[in-house]
Amino acid sequence: MSLQVETKRIGQVLCVQLIGELDHHTAPIVRDVIETEMNKSATLHILINMKRLTFMDSSGIGMILGRYKQLLQKGGKMAISDIPANIYRVLEMSGLFKIILIADSEQQAISRLEVES
Amino acid sequence: MRRKNRMELTFLSQSVNESFARITVAAFISQLNPTMDELADIKTVISEAVTNCIIHGYENREDGIVSIVAEIEGESVMIEISDRGRGIENLELARQPMYTSKPELERSGMGFTIMENFMDECTVTSTPHEGTKVVLRKHFSLSEELLN
Repeated sequence: MSLQVETKRIGQVLCVQLIGELDHHTAPIVRDVIETEMNKSATLHILINMKRLTFMDSSGIGMILGRYKQLLQKGGKMAISDIPANIYRVLEMSGLFKIILIADSEQQAISRLEVES
Repeated sequence: MRRKNRMELTFLSQSVNESFARITVAAFISQLNPTMDELADIKTVISEAVTNCIIHGYENREDGIVSIVAEIEGESVMIEISDRGRGIENLELARQPMYTSKPELERSGMGFTIMENFMDECTVTSTPHEGTKVVLRKHFSLSEELLN
């Protein structure tokens, strides 16, 4: 498998670590993992840690937007941390930064998600 | 002497081949000694174009043929990605940022926008029921020592 997904819960935040490459082929893996975790609790914020993500294209943007819309309905917020430079440019172009919280590190993202909730 | 080189690649329209395609083309382009950013851009645009062939051209059928031709001439690269799928009826609409004909598949509608922004040129030709061809061009600046 060219993408691994690791999850952990820290308070009200579901931390999703992506390892490998996120594209049309691997996006459903992430979607399924996040949906399963979201169904386990009423309100949850999501943090996507991209530190070990080596590639992402617009299929990744579509998947993130899909989860963002689901979260919005449940009153949760979304954050992305540790974005590599090549992925930053793809995300920037999509306008996602206007609606999703961006943080330098996982700790920073978690504290901001919890403060603002 | 201006260097000239060419490669061709054909594969089935299966999503598992998206990474194969972008890695292969990036490996071919690497003889121009691109920067990490330039190589990442090439991988991204190939991924966008091939994903379009699979999702839109062949509507997720796995037995379609996707073809890629890449040519290096001097410091420039031309990459042609084509399918023999259903074609695009309204090209102008398809190229608009955030537009997608398949919102139910969580598509972002950013594929062409990314191709246009990451490359110097992006030309799309399409004939309904016959297929779609995307031609991408990019100029790389080589340093003197690499030309020797």
